[in-house]
Amino acid sequence: MTPAIDTAGLSKAFGDTHALNGVDLSVRRGAVYGLLGPNGAGKTTTIRILATLIRPGGGSARVLGHDVVAEAAAVRAKVSLTGQFASVDEDLTGQENLVLVARLLGFSWRDAKARTHELLRAFNLDEAAKRQVRTYSGGMRRRLDIAASLVATPELLFLDEPTTGLDPRSRNQVWDIVRAIAAEGTTVLLTTQYLEEADRLAERLAVIDHGRLIAEGTSRELKASVGGRTVHVRVADPTRRDEARALLAEAFGHEVHGGHEPALLAAQVSHDERVPHALAALAARGIAVAEFALAQPSLDDVFFALTGRPAERSATEEVT
Amino acid sequence: MTELTLQTAFSRTALARPPSALSAALTLGWRALLKIKHVPFQLFDVTVFPIMMTLMFTYLFGGALAGSTQAYLQYLLPGIVVQTVVFLTVYTGVGLNTDIQKGLFDRFRSLPIWQPAPIVGALLGDLIRYSLAAVVVLIVGLILGFRPEGGPIGVVLAVLLMLVFASAVSWPWIIVGFLVRTPESVMTTSFLLLFPMTFVSDIFVDPATMPTWLQSVVAVNPVTHLAAASRGLMHGGAKIADILTVLATSVVVTAAFAPIAMRMYYKER
Repeated sequence: MTPAIDTAGLSKAFGDTHALNGVDLSVRRGAVYGLLGPNGAGKTTTIRILATLIRPGGGSARVLGHDVVAEAAAVRAKVSLTGQFASVDEDLTGQENLVLVARLLGFSWRDAKARTHELLRAFNLDEAAKRQVRTYSGGMRRRLDIAASLVATPELLFLDEPTTGLDPRSRNQVWDIVRAIAAEGTTVLLTTQYLEEADRLAERLAVIDHGRLIAEGTSRELKASVGGRTVHVRVADPTRRDEARALLAEAFGHEVHGGHEPALLAAQVSHDERVPHALAALAARGIAVAEFALAQPSLDDVFFALTGRPAERSATEEVT
Repeated sequence: MTELTLQTAFSRTALARPPSALSAALTLGWRALLKIKHVPFQLFDVTVFPIMMTLMFTYLFGGALAGSTQAYLQYLLPGIVVQTVVFLTVYTGVGLNTDIQKGLFDRFRSLPIWQPAPIVGALLGDLIRYSLAAVVVLIVGLILGFRPEGGPIGVVLAVLLMLVFASAVSWPWIIVGFLVRTPESVMTTSFLLLFPMTFVSDIFVDPATMPTWLQSVVAVNPVTHLAAASRGLMHGGAKIADILTVLATSVVVTAAFAPIAMRMYYKER
C-alpha cells in the first residue's frame, strides 16, 4: 500500500525566505504523525502544500498516492484540513457551519442535517448548535472546526497546531478527539510546538527547523538521541550559578547549559548514579539548591541536542 | 463527550459525491443569505446613508433645485437607488477579505468543489442583497411620495439594470479584497472611488448647471448613464443609448477585471 504522505526534496520559498529546504517525509497510513518544531520552522507550509493550498517550489509530494499538483482534485477529495486559526464562519451558527460544509461535500439537505446533528453531539456542541459562532469559546470553536473537517470522514486529516492557545481542559478534549479519529483508521498529520503533545498522540514524529527535517523517529528514539533524562537545578542564589555550572559539568562529565531563567541550570544525565554525586558536590561548596528535578527531555532539550540552541518561541505564539 | 458518540460519529461515512458547480455556488449563496439573516445591520448601515441623503436633499434643496420637494423627489429617488446598490458592491470585496483573513477560504479551497464556487456564490448572495436594499429605499421613497410613472415593470427593469452593473463593479472590489490586509482597508480604498463616482454624476442635480469641464466628466461617468436609464425606466421614456452604455460598460468592466480576480483567486497566498 502506498504511504499516506511521501515527499522528496520538498522546497518552498516566499521571496527570499526559504520556508522549506528539501524535506523528505514518509508517513504510513493509519498513524498519527507529529511534525514538531518552533514557530516559522516550516510546519504550516508543509501542511498547506500537502493540502493542495499552495504549490511546492521544488521537489515532489504525493498524498495517498496522488501527486499534489497534477492530481490536486483527487487529493482534495480524500483529505481534510483544520488550519491554525478556526476556519469557521463567525456570523453563522455552529449548526449552519456544519450543514454548509456537508452541502459542499455533496450531502443532501436531509443527510447534511442528520450528519450535523451527529457531529454536534459527539463534540459536545449540541447545546450551542443554534448560537452564532462568535459567542463560542476558543475550545468550542476549535472543536467545531475539527468537526467541520470530519463531516465526510477523510482518509487523511491535517491538524495545524490544534491545541495552541487552548486551556488544559480543552486541550485534553482535543487529544481525545484525535485519538478517536485515529482509532477509526484515519491518518492524522499533526503539527505542534509541544513535545508533550506529540509524545501523547503521535506514533512517530519529525522535528523540523529552518525548513529542514533534522530528526525523525518515535518519541522514544528522539529522546534517546538527547541522551537520557535531564536534571534541572535551580540555585537559591543566582550569582553562584556559574560556580554551580562548573561543579555539575565536572560531576556529569560534559557541558551544562543555562536555562531561560537566571538561577536555572539544565544538564543531560547519561548515568543516573551520578546525580547524587552532583548534589553532594553542590552541598560541599555550600551552594543552596532551591529546586531539583529529574525530567524527561522536553522539546527544548531535544532541540538543544539537535541544533545546539534552544527552540525559539515567539512572544505572539499564544493565539485566542 | 463520550467515547461511544465519538466513535459513531467517526465511523467511516462513505464520501458523498462532490456537488455540481451550480449546487456548490447555490450553497455558498445560501450562506450569504444566512449572513443577511444574522447580521442585518450589514444591509442597513449602507441603506441608512442613502435614505439620509434622500431626506436631506429633498427637503433642504428640493424646493430650490426643482421648484418643489415633490418634483425633486421624482428626479432624485431612482438615482438614490443606484447609489445604494453601487455602494453595496464594496461588501463583495469586504466579505471576501474577511473570509481570507479568517481562513474560511482555505477550507473552501481544500474541499472537492468547483473552485470558483466561493466567488460565484458570494456574487449570487450579493444580488439578493442589492435587491433587498433597492426595495428598502424604494419603499421609503413611496412613503415620501415617489410615484414612478413607468409602473412596477419599469421599476423592476431599472433594478435589473442596476444588478447587472453592480455585478460588474463587484469585480474590481474582489481584486481589492485580495490585495489589502484588512476588511476596513477594502472599505476605505473603495469609497475613495465610489464617493466621486456617485456624486460627480447626475444623481443629485441636472449637470446643465455645472461648469463645462465638470459636465464632460459627468457625461463619461457610467453612473450618470445608469441613473439616467433608471429614471427613464421608472418614469417611462428611457433612452436606449443610456441602457446600451450601461450594458456595454458592465461587459467591459467584467471582461477586464474578472480574469484578473480569478487569477488572483487561484494564485496562492
